[in-house]
Amino acid sequence: MSLLWCDKYRPKDFSKLDYHKDQGMALKSLTKDGDFPHLLVYGPMGAGKKTRIMCLLRELYGPGVERLRSEVMNFTTPSNKKLEISTVSSNYHLEVNPSDVGIYDRVVIMNIIKNVAQTQQLDVNGQKAFKIIVLTDVDSLTKDAQHALRRTMEKYIATCRLILCATSTSRVIPAVRSRCLCIRVPAPTTEEVVKIIVETASSEDVDFPKKLAERIAVMSERNLRRALLMSEACKVESDGKLTPDQNIAEADWLVMIRETARLILAEQSIAQLKKVRENLFELICRGIPSEIIFKYLLDQLLEQCQLGLAAEILENAAIYEHQMIRGNKEIFHFEAFVAKCMYLYQNVLEEMKCDF
Amino acid sequence: MQSFLKSGKLGPANVDKGPSTSKTPKKSKIVPWVEKYRPQTVNDVVEQNEVVSVLEQCIAGADLPNLLFYGPPGTGKTSTILAAAKQLFGNIYRERILELNASDERGIQIIRDKVKSFSQLTASGTRPDGKPCPPFKIVILDEADSMTHAAQAALRRTMEKETKTTRFCLICNYVSRIIEPLTSRCSKFRFKSLNESMINERLRLICKEEGILCEEDTLKTLVEASGGDMRRAITCLQSCSKLHGTGVPINIETVLEVTGIVPQKWLTDFIEVCKKGNNMNAVEFVKKFGCEAYSASQFLEQFNDFLVTTNTFNDKQKAIIGEKLGVSILSAIISRYLKQFFQSVNYFVQDGGSEYIQLCSLAASVIIACNS
Ligand SMILES: Nc1ncnc2c1ncn2[C@@H]1O[C@H](COP(=O)(O)OP(=O)(O)OP(=O)(O)O)[C@@H](O)[C@H]1O
Ligand SMILES: [Mg+2]
Repeated sequence: MSLLWCDKYRPKDFSKLDYHKDQGMALKSLTKDGDFPHLLVYGPMGAGKKTRIMCLLRELYGPGVERLRSEVMNFTTPSNKKLEISTVSSNYHLEVNPSDVGIYDRVVIMNIIKNVAQTQQLDVNGQKAFKIIVLTDVDSLTKDAQHALRRTMEKYIATCRLILCATSTSRVIPAVRSRCLCIRVPAPTTEEVVKIIVETASSEDVDFPKKLAERIAVMSERNLRRALLMSEACKVESDGKLTPDQNIAEADWLVMIRETARLILAEQSIAQLKKVRENLFELICRGIPSEIIFKYLLDQLLEQCQLGLAAEILENAAIYEHQMIRGNKEIFHFEAFVAKCMYLYQNVLEEMKCDF
Repeated sequence: MQSFLKSGKLGPANVDKGPSTSKTPKKSKIVPWVEKYRPQTVNDVVEQNEVVSVLEQCIAGADLPNLLFYGPPGTGKTSTILAAAKQLFGNIYRERILELNASDERGIQIIRDKVKSFSQLTASGTRPDGKPCPPFKIVILDEADSMTHAAQAALRRTMEKETKTTRFCLICNYVSRIIEPLTSRCSKFRFKSLNESMINERLRLICKEEGILCEEDTLKTLVEASGGDMRRAITCLQSCSKLHGTGVPINIETVLEVTGIVPQKWLTDFIEVCKKGNNMNAVEFVKKFGCEAYSASQFLEQFNDFLVTTNTFNDKQKAIIGEKLGVSILSAIISRYLKQFFQSVNYFVQDGGSEYIQLCSLAASVIIACNS
């Protein structure tokens, strides 16, 4: 089986990192005496958080951390509901995304940390007295689950360290932030992305046009993983010869969102609202996170709407998006937002008619 | 996972004891400073004089009321009660306290069973070694704000009935989440955000003990950034001292990075972009800012502070932006505490709203303000 470029060329050691080299060195010295605090690693998607975490683990425990196995763990909630969650682990660490079980994430947190902390390190005379739990997507944990982390993080600190991974710290409660060293991982710059695409391709004996790489870097919004996936797709499509201006395949959900925005501005009516709703529903069903849909829909609306409505659209987006996150039926909030945009747009159109 | 767990032999029954009591010398070497410098007696607790004096009287023999501690993270709530318990009960303190926190199951059933049966145990006025000790036990409900109201209600009866043998200590960040019948049964103590000079003093002491070099200015920045949270300050200090190798003095850049402060440049650029008046450019700017991963709530807080003092904007403009930030300029000056309640954008962000969208909408308001 051939690996994807982004996995195959993932640096395994701090010295091999392509960017944020200083930070890499700092993290290396952080682990030097075999000890380090709980970490909260945060940064946008595809910025390399996971890569840095793996480097750190390797630095601490050696190549043994790369022998991974995945297993399914079972838990029972107090109300006797059975939960299953998949985990990836080595002899030294365990990685889990508690949000996989939705609102029951607290049960997972409560049990996993205690289990791990109460088993001692295999290597009795070994260098490390603690194991590591990597929790991903910490910003989507419920508040309850985050509270469950607090005292546990202090109590078991001698036998268990946590590495929390999040896209931003705003949603992490202050009490948890206060217990961690926060490590910011910014996205690589456009130039860095270009350089990495070209270098990766040349390791695969592919001659990658710089201009194409630049276009990909911009389109991927500096998300390195996405950029590498797009580059690889370009290569596959081109069968042999890549050209600077060749078509870059766009994810079909993005195309669909663009189309949805077009629909909203093309006609403002109940029937049209229904069409838009169908589109949005489909996107949700495909498992695209509603926050992402909202963000790109907003971007597209702003781009396509030329009538100077940006301020109003933004203001309403801020309100409806927040309500959507708070509530539980995303589609209603989407619909309300779309209806509002249609209304605003129609008003402007009418005014313009009057002016003539 | 199972094999991961099995791979090590089960720890001794007392793993629960926590790090500070680990016996092996090797382990104590790697205890982080927050634990190493956790107050061991109530006297070590900095700043919280009111509660310290009450607890000291108890240690000297007075009766202990039920307690409710509340206040922001890292101000010494958990440390204080644990230190007091150790002083009150000496070496038998493990038998005399029941500590339940947010990571323990604390539904109604547990309150009825576990807490009740613990409360009903009798406690004698002397220790096994003959020394006197208070004739009661303490139930510590840490992080009580995450208990359901039903569970809190279940606690009421127990609290009332077992006054002879048991004292309760509830700890939380937000006192408003505790039901009134419970708060009214407790003596309430608010743990204040620690004063900057106090944190500074404590960090100086740690620097001395650990042989860390740090300029006064650098330390000052670190203390300011910790926002009155001693735990955060200590963690930052330890991290800074390690990130660039031991023996090297801590430099200010490291402090800024570790504390997550948004460089001033982003604030001024943000305002410049908004002044130009083009919404799309502002949106581009917010995207760029997002790639840097700085926390939006940190940005908003700094922006708010900037807004209060700046003369880039006139009062009318400030009012427009302030409304969006959800803070009347006045209240920002009056108190940091109040501010938290009023910031609407900031509230949205912390409450889960998308940072990107919220910042874009703030930019839109700033643009409107600039044009007015
Ligand atoms: N008043 C204080 N005096 C001395 N050290 C303190 C004080 N407050 C906090 N610390 C330091 O911060 C660490 C954490 O304090 P503690 O666990 O008591 O905080 P807390 O108030 O319980 O916070 P949380 O609300 O997050 O649980 C302690 O280990 C200690 O090193
Ligand atoms: Mg506490």
